[in-house]
Amino acid sequence: MTLKRFFFLCANIYLFSFSVFAQVENTPEIKTPIDVDYTLEKVVDSLIIPWSIEFITENDILVSEKQGKIYRIKKGIKQEVIGLPKDIYSRGQGGLLDIAISPNFAKENRIYFTTASNLEGENRVAGNTALYTAILEGNTLIDLQLLYKAIPNTRKGHHFGSRIVFDEKGYLYFSVGDRGERDINPQDITKDGGKIYRVHLDGKIPEDNPFISKPLAKKAVYSYGHRNPQGMVYHKENKEVWVHEHGPKGGDEINVIQKGKNYGWPKITYGKNYSGTTITNDTIHPNMEPPLYYWVPSIAPSGMAFSTSGRYPKWKGNLFVGSLKFQYVERIVLKDRKVVEREKIAVDIGRVRDIKESPDGFLYIAVEQKGIFKIIKK
Amino acid sequence: MKVIISIFLAINIVSLSVFIQKKELMQSIERGKSVYDDFCIQCHLHNGKGVEGIYPPLANSDYLTKNIDKSIRAVKFGMKGPIVVNGIKYDNVMANQDLLNEEVADVMNYILHSWGNKSKEYITTKRVDSIRIK
Repeated sequence: MTLKRFFFLCANIYLFSFSVFAQVENTPEIKTPIDVDYTLEKVVDSLIIPWSIEFITENDILVSEKQGKIYRIKKGIKQEVIGLPKDIYSRGQGGLLDIAISPNFAKENRIYFTTASNLEGENRVAGNTALYTAILEGNTLIDLQLLYKAIPNTRKGHHFGSRIVFDEKGYLYFSVGDRGERDINPQDITKDGGKIYRVHLDGKIPEDNPFISKPLAKKAVYSYGHRNPQGMVYHKENKEVWVHEHGPKGGDEINVIQKGKNYGWPKITYGKNYSGTTITNDTIHPNMEPPLYYWVPSIAPSGMAFSTSGRYPKWKGNLFVGSLKFQYVERIVLKDRKVVEREKIAVDIGRVRDIKESPDGFLYIAVEQKGIFKIIKK
Repeated sequence: MKVIISIFLAINIVSLSVFIQKKELMQSIERGKSVYDDFCIQCHLHNGKGVEGIYPPLANSDYLTKNIDKSIRAVKFGMKGPIVVNGIKYDNVMANQDLLNEEVADVMNYILHSWGNKSKEYITTKRVDSIRIK
């Protein structure tokens, strides 16, 4: 062997081991500001795992707690909402998950929420994601209806998805994670899991859904190839549904959802197995959508909001994402649909589950074991 | 002669029961791996090393080997508050995963016999049943 060939071989081995063992951190590098010009005010106390925040008004807030509770906090007074479904399945990552008020709430007091459910299950240790609606009368839910239930029930404890958003045309979008069956569910439109769904406000399936005429397809599916989307927000200006999802080890993603598109999981990903082994070397595919942004390493994103108000002038138009793993909120600056700046907000606050913009323009964050905080500019 | 036969039998019974228990333990460890890969791996990682200062290690963890019952309680009911593992302080929360008691036993057996951990313990479902929330 010549020396040249030997070096070539060494270089190859080096590159190969690099691709197997190391994951290159994605840019831009996140900044941690030394001085902050905001304070965090705790507005709701004593919550175990607050999973979502929803505003009826700025003084009338709904909060879900994963183990199966909804609270209504009116002018600071916290009361439990009664009349929830009896078959909420609290296991692993499952429980009572997202809450959203109807775009027509002022007229009909309707709310929507997702749970992990073992509704038609024969045994209590298997479940899947369910979407419910009900009328909220004071602190009581009436006229409870199940609008969607993903099947089959499985004992797997992870990836329920479950976020809910609305557009201005009367559609409701919600997510269901791959339920731990990445090689079965996400790429198959005849199966639930690993999907974004679109339905009318009454749960009916829109006639123009992308797979409505495909035999055996789940007709409510709007996009597929997702892993576990737990952040969703409607971008009013662009009229787009923005979603982020948990990757495995690396490869969390931000995606802008388009009708009928395939977002690639697990065929393309920047993530690796938890053991560090390769899932695939592909990050692009002609028939699949690459993410708008990906995180390596994973931050375990949960909750997503844009700051649209003038409450924080320097943050206007920025995207905010909670990190369960690193226990902060990430402020993301976008320019021409590219992430150009990332900064930590609320450093070390705890496991951030949700972030929302209130009707009067403040950002609120839900933190496990702590409660709900309001971000106030100094 | 009778004495010899009964000693011989006794040895056989003991070794058979040891053998059966060993087999049960191996099966429990195998089931425990799938529980671990579903519920625990996201934080404690595939090698049980966790993330220093955030998620405590399970591999070669002094806390685990010295506090078996506390560890069972943590897996069964969840856990919060400060602990010290291998000299490093952790103050985080592990949510209750709502595992069945046999799953708690299985995952404990997996943890106690993986990544270089060599415990003499065999955690049974009965022992998990007896652990109460404090």
